[in-house]
Amino acid sequence: MSAVAPIEVPSRAATHAGDASLDEALLALALRQADSPLVLAQRLCEWIGKAPILEEDIAQANVGLDLVGQARLWYAYAGEIEVRMGRVARGEDDFAFRRDASAFRNVLLVEQPNGDFAHTIVRQFLFDAAQHLALDALARSRDARVAAIAAKAAKEVDYHVERSADWVVRLGDGTAESHERMQRALDALWPYTGELFDADATDLALAEAGFGVDPRTLAAQWRETVDAVLADATLARPADGYVQRGGRDGRHSEHLGHLLCELQFLQRAYPDARW
Amino acid sequence: MSTGVDATTAWRILGSVMDPEVPVVSIVELGIVRDVGVDDDDGVRVTITPTYSGCPAMDAIADDIRAGFAREGHRAHVATVLAPAWTTDWMAPEAKARLAAFGIAPPGAAPSTRIDVRGISPLRASRAAIACPRCGATATTLVAQFGSTACKALYRCDACREPFDYFKPH
Repeated sequence: MSAVAPIEVPSRAATHAGDASLDEALLALALRQADSPLVLAQRLCEWIGKAPILEEDIAQANVGLDLVGQARLWYAYAGEIEVRMGRVARGEDDFAFRRDASAFRNVLLVEQPNGDFAHTIVRQFLFDAAQHLALDALARSRDARVAAIAAKAAKEVDYHVERSADWVVRLGDGTAESHERMQRALDALWPYTGELFDADATDLALAEAGFGVDPRTLAAQWRETVDAVLADATLARPADGYVQRGGRDGRHSEHLGHLLCELQFLQRAYPDARW
Repeated sequence: MSTGVDATTAWRILGSVMDPEVPVVSIVELGIVRDVGVDDDDGVRVTITPTYSGCPAMDAIADDIRAGFAREGHRAHVATVLAPAWTTDWMAPEAKARLAAFGIAPPGAAPSTRIDVRGISPLRASRAAIACPRCGATATTLVAQFGSTACKALYRCDACREPFDYFKPH
């Protein structure tokens, strides 16, 4: 067992020359990557104790747990980036529990309410399929830490997308009732998918530097995957129309504030409480 | 090591630390101990890697490692590393046999490519047939992709009708 190879600990020096604007962009990337899984995990955990069947109750909690773990890895990195930028050190809990809605950078899709199980599954699949591609690309980042977190998370999201795609097909191609509910959920959530592939100056700067990915380059493959699964599920892809965007810049729907009330209650009411 | 712990002793102590969720497999056999060395202030430095990012057992494992060394009068620091990402391929063959004896179907080879969900066949998932750890029948049905923990899926044996956990290849 002593033959285990030593681990190369990713070092900043190996990839990053200390460019302040790149640090700012990396910080934005880390928070965007962290906030979406955290918010989605909170939504999934709202199902605990009342999912349609016990096995899925457990499955959703497990997916949520993976997502919380991924969010923690990104928050930890965000905190380190802030420190090397000379800012006050923030930990994982500060990011999760002590920011207001406008500081969150998650996509709007994940903060949408659970609705029925069809809504929850469609939301999960649309997100998983996009996240699957994004993490795959980020795993090739020139920033060693981004690459390590993404590679780790990507393996987990493999199982998430397998499960959510499976349910999309089962419920879409299920009974008349389940089909109708799935189509309704798809129609309702579709306007939030456009934001998944928006690119702003931050994305482009990171892509240019080889640290991130231009989300627009992922759209075609996402659509191909979604189309194939929807076809198996006998569901119709909604026509593209109005796109609701803003989450990645901190402009959220009313839902996020309510979600954060529950998520942050304890640390807001009893700051620094530990147990 | 200047603390009086040689590599053999360190690995022996680590080999006695069991996975809290699967108490028949040690953390060494699980493949999560990645390196052992001497720390700057002369403690033992153990580097571990998480199985899954959200695995709630990681804190307990770090505590158990420190306690294991403390029992023999040594101080241990636990560091975490993410890359390369943990894979079930690092699990020792004897550990896989013990998993089966414990009632958990052991993982097959980790997938070499990312999953493609196009053309997914519901409830078959994309994975190979899994043998029942109790009766050995290969006629088994996936019940849920996530079982008692994120690292396991829930199956049912179509022959002996018993449900069982499957340690997913990862």
